[in-house]
Amino acid sequence: MTRFIGRYLRELVNPRYEVRAFIHQCYTIGYSSLALIGTTGFIMGLVLTMQLRPSLIAYGVVSQLPVMVSLAIVREIGPVISALIFAGKISSSIGAELGSMRVTEQIDAMEVSGTNPFKFLVVSRVLAATLMLPLLTILSDAIALYGSYLGVNIKGHTSLQLFFSDVFDALHYGDVMPALIKTFFFGAAVGLIGCYKGYNSSKGTAGVGLAANSAVVASSLAIFIIDLLAVQITDLLGLN
Amino acid sequence: MSITERYRLAQMVHTDGPVIKVSNLKKGFGTRVVLDDLSVELSRGESMVVLGRSGSGKSVFIKCIIGLLKPDAGSIHVLGQDLAALDHDQTDQLRSHIGFLFQSNALYDSMTIRENLEFPMRRHRNTLVREQLDEHIIKTLTNVGLAHTADMMPAELSGGMQKRIALARALVLNPEIILYDEPTSGLDPITSKEISSLMTGIQEQYNTSSIIISHDMSCVKRTADRIMVLLGGKCYAMGTWAELARSNDDNIKQFFE
Ligand SMILES: Nc1ncnc2c1ncn2[C@@H]1O[C@H](COP(=O)(O)OP(=O)(O)O)[C@@H](O)[C@H]1O
Ligand SMILES: [Mg+2]
Repeated sequence: MTRFIGRYLRELVNPRYEVRAFIHQCYTIGYSSLALIGTTGFIMGLVLTMQLRPSLIAYGVVSQLPVMVSLAIVREIGPVISALIFAGKISSSIGAELGSMRVTEQIDAMEVSGTNPFKFLVVSRVLAATLMLPLLTILSDAIALYGSYLGVNIKGHTSLQLFFSDVFDALHYGDVMPALIKTFFFGAAVGLIGCYKGYNSSKGTAGVGLAANSAVVASSLAIFIIDLLAVQITDLLGLN
Repeated sequence: MSITERYRLAQMVHTDGPVIKVSNLKKGFGTRVVLDDLSVELSRGESMVVLGRSGSGKSVFIKCIIGLLKPDAGSIHVLGQDLAALDHDQTDQLRSHIGFLFQSNALYDSMTIRENLEFPMRRHRNTLVREQLDEHIIKTLTNVGLAHTADMMPAELSGGMQKRIALARALVLNPEIILYDEPTSGLDPITSKEISSLMTGIQEQYNTSSIIISHDMSCVKRTADRIMVLLGGKCYAMGTWAELARSNDDNIKQFFE
């Protein structure tokens, strides 16, 4: 795996870029998880708001609801939930796709045809995953906040303008940036693990299933480990 | 002069002697030795069939020749060039003179037939404009009788048609050498006869040299100038159909029964 990452970084900066394959992957990877990540974002925002409300009423700080929810979503829940869904959707499909290309010798055929399959298949996918997940997360955060606004309005009353001005007052650079930066690492992990499992898939159809399955398991785990590291680092840097 | 012919002339690598020369080739996986001291030569315009039991290392042999597998020992010269001495770009350049037909066809299942055939050309014929590319692809497809499938997906075609498309893709760069890995396995007798005739047709039309792995004796008989029997990782016997067919050796006889 370390060698695979090393090779990825080397081929990433190596000229003769596969621009078209990259753009195609951005579209496929980004677009295919859009609806799913948007929907879960909306539900998370709404549910979180409704769950927090009684406790905040008990403490007499229900006016802080938008602040609490937006911090929870932007700092942790948005990035992690989006990444986990992304892992389930993208890591498995990359694992299965590259795995079946390996098994049916399509990867060998590319190499014989003078195309570097690592660059064409792996670099384009990992790079696309790295860049798409942050965008999807931003979108998911926004939809979650809108969901939260609706949640506030079910029992209470606030205008969209007031809600979002509370939210933006609450969010600082130190809340947004670390959360955004870690999503790049989540995306890279999902892409790298999916590609690694698929590219090195063993022969036979069983190998393809295994590649897809272990890609999801490993990348979900990797997301939590990166999250753990990220919180330590932001803590050390005093951004918390 | 058509583009095809012009490219063919431009790409001709002039070598005297054999187009492929394999000397003392060794290749194993882990502790298992698959090829053990294999030496063989292929002359220009010749078709050599490799016979051998399943798992005897026939595919490994031709994958070493195309450079998909690295030999553990020994040397391989293709068109006069030592594979081990070539860098990445030179290897790609050399490979553009070799067509490779995979046992599993290895068609790109997410691409149309046209895109499948364009794939080898995007690297090696990237100076061609759209119309020339299209003209060449349709011409290559016509060669295998499947011009109408250009915009279909591989999964829409029957096994025999997929094999012919794979053959067309192997031919699209007008290679001087073609390596066939079990070109007729899994096909019905009629389709497999069609594939064999295509192969001999190509050989006559372009004077290509080829190595053919096959168990299908009617295909072997039709295509082989020479036959090599691979056994125990070595060249166990070599000869024409007539010579080997009257052999009394059990290891050879079993293929001809
Ligand atoms: N990439 C590989 N890794 C490990 N073992 C391999 C690999 N390719 C082939 N082998 C082994 O080498 C032997 C010969 O395989 P192969 O050349 O495919 O046989 P065949 O003569 O049927 O084409 C088999 O035992 C196979 O398991
Ligand atoms: Mg084989």
